[in-house]
Amino acid sequence: MAAGPSPPTEAASARADIVRVQGISKVYEGGIQALDGIDLAFPEGKLTSLLGPSGCGKTTLLKIIAGLLEASAGDVFVHGSKVSTPGPERAFVFQDFALIPWSTVLRNVAFGLELRGVGKNERNDVARKYIAEVGLSGFEDRYPHELSGGMRQRVGLARALAVNADVLLMDEPFSAVDEQTRRKFQEDLIALLDNEKKTVIFVTHSIEEAVYVSNQVVLLSRRPGRVARVIRTDIRSVGTPDEIRRDKRYLDTVEEIWQMLRQYLT
Amino acid sequence: MAESQSPEGSGSPPPSLPPATGQDVPGGTDPGATRGFWGNWFWRLVSMAVVFGAWEIGGRIPISIAFPTFSDTLFALGSMIADGSMGKAYLSTLQPLVIGVVISALLGVGLGVCMGLWRGVEWFGAPVFIVMQAAPMAALIPLVTFVYGIGLTAKVLAVCLLALPVIVLNSYKAVRNSNPSLIQMCRSFQGSRLQEIVKVIVPDASPVIFAGLRLGIAAGFIGVVLAELLITPTGIGDLITYHRAVAEYAEMYATIFSIIVFSAVTVGFLETVEVRFFRPERKGR
Amino acid sequence: MKLFGRRIPMMFSLVFWCVVWEIVGRTQDILLVPPFTHVLVACEELLRTPKFLDAVVITLKAFGAGMALAIAIGIPLGVLMGRVEAANRLLGMWVNVFVSAPLTALVPILMILFGLGQATIIVTVFLFAVWIIVLDTYAGVRHVSPSLLEMGRSFGATRWQLYTRLLVWAALPEILAGVRLGLIRGVKGMVIGQLLVAIVGLGELFELYSRNFLMEEFWALTILLFGFALGLAELIGLVERRVEFYAGTRS
Repeated sequence: MAAGPSPPTEAASARADIVRVQGISKVYEGGIQALDGIDLAFPEGKLTSLLGPSGCGKTTLLKIIAGLLEASAGDVFVHGSKVSTPGPERAFVFQDFALIPWSTVLRNVAFGLELRGVGKNERNDVARKYIAEVGLSGFEDRYPHELSGGMRQRVGLARALAVNADVLLMDEPFSAVDEQTRRKFQEDLIALLDNEKKTVIFVTHSIEEAVYVSNQVVLLSRRPGRVARVIRTDIRSVGTPDEIRRDKRYLDTVEEIWQMLRQYLT
Repeated sequence: MAESQSPEGSGSPPPSLPPATGQDVPGGTDPGATRGFWGNWFWRLVSMAVVFGAWEIGGRIPISIAFPTFSDTLFALGSMIADGSMGKAYLSTLQPLVIGVVISALLGVGLGVCMGLWRGVEWFGAPVFIVMQAAPMAALIPLVTFVYGIGLTAKVLAVCLLALPVIVLNSYKAVRNSNPSLIQMCRSFQGSRLQEIVKVIVPDASPVIFAGLRLGIAAGFIGVVLAELLITPTGIGDLITYHRAVAEYAEMYATIFSIIVFSAVTVGFLETVEVRFFRPERKGR
Repeated sequence: MKLFGRRIPMMFSLVFWCVVWEIVGRTQDILLVPPFTHVLVACEELLRTPKFLDAVVITLKAFGAGMALAIAIGIPLGVLMGRVEAANRLLGMWVNVFVSAPLTALVPILMILFGLGQATIIVTVFLFAVWIIVLDTYAGVRHVSPSLLEMGRSFGATRWQLYTRLLVWAALPEILAGVRLGLIRGVKGMVIGQLLVAIVGLGELFELYSRNFLMEEFWALTILLFGFALGLAELIGLVERRVEFYAGTRS
């Protein structure tokens, strides 16, 4: 970590904050400014949601952190060192799943390892382990089109877990999944993350989802996106999923965020 | 246009490429696609009975002295196959066709893929092939004859002239419009550019590339028949010209009937291959 | 392609190729490749020759008649196939065969049935163009969302209104695409027909020029013909893009 170009004080804080973004701005060709001076820190082992009105640039920010998009200004630090391209310490879960349609579930999950040149047997073993972990055992030889939307996203999640990255970047992972499946998936995700000790950056447009799954929620303003507020939620200590959904603090937080967001909706 | 056109429809289209040219993909709108090209035998037989019946009646009236009945044509076809003249003709027709199609396929897919991958190649190449695809390339065949005489080379070139543009353009568009989401996924897992091309772009493009090959072969058939009628009568063209000259219309119709059936069977077979081998996940769909 | 930081439209590479052509034409002494500028001069001369103008008139008449037939028959046939399953099952196979069949082989038959004249060319243009129009119209009609027709019915549209006010318009993008491809194929069919008949219109000129090694005239004719084909396709493409503008909201 000390090898990073950043001064020692920042390296120290990086121990707690595994990902930091500093002064990130993004202007698209044609002059549309998507993001304006974003400063954020993402604590290790926590799940942070990026929430905001549609078009506020939350996905853009996530893709900049992933190294899939270039920022117009500002830097992204992972483990205290600056990054601008995708790296092995980050793994991305796509909104549209981005599964390879001509490959089986097994090969899809092993794809990240395949790209790294891991041997076939080894990567298949790893893939099988994570397929089991996301609850898809028995579907290894199916093709993506044979699976439901929720199951496809479980494949996407398993693929991201299989490369053993420290940070999971999830871009509206449940938006293409129907409501009932989504609730079950959220609960499974939380349980899974407790085991895996991952840091997650999670983009969503659902307030309930953000409050329910996150440790902290970052509210972005309307375009150009700025950090409007960071809210610590940590609602999960309340108890079972059903208890959480009826908990007063949960409902109040949802309401509070809604009151802040509605100003952008006029 | 449904399924197989979607790569054209989805990804961002090349900016200055006029959509006005060369999306000639009839396979994409195949009315039989929902039940398989050769599916539903019963209806096919009824359909054939109606058309051939009408042909037979038209021949018996007769519409024209140059319009033999279907049964006469079929009989002529049988006897031509039996005496070997048909087989010999096909052997000589297939020669320029196969050579031309193979050259066009290798060159066309290579060029098209390069054009799809690199903007520079695209800038220099795409407009030329867009023009070639939209323009009546057959007009150049007299020129080909002029340069290469009346031999095999001229016929191969005629096939290439007609088959190459559609193969190049399909490969180019397939690669250019390959799923951006999959490419991003590959990048997010630190795939190299080579891995991106080999493991994502080319497999993703392969169904459309193959469809282009199928269209190229159909165009090649047009080219080879045209060459044999226009340059020098050999093979099928010779049979057509000869039987027409001596007014053996049943034999002439039989030859034409056979080449159309032959091309339909070839193209239909390629379509089956396309579904069965290129996209295992589409099997039985 | 960018040059000096400015985007150059792709079609400009054709200018580059024309320059290459000019250079090859001037430096190499190949009979086949006269300098591009000479071809342009020949173009201009050609446009003033009565023989060429006559040929153009004949050709355009045949092309127009063949295309009109193809459109007038192709679109209703496509709609019929799209709406009536029996029609689709009876005709679908033949449309599929003929859309990719070597129709060139049929031209000799047309020549003996219709004589060595305009009629043969008209039928050739028709045969080349009609199948893709049928196919695309069919696809367009199949694409129309059932709820749009249900909406029409719920507001009491008659069958005729349903077809002329909703169905055809909803399928218009595909129909236009079919007509555009049909035009391109029609031009090809026309050239093939005229080359094979060899005594009508442009076919006669092509024959004349290539036989007498008049390469400048030959290329001039080719360029004019290519230009015509491209211009026509581009024109329909323009209409198509306008239609797609409103059709874009269609799912």
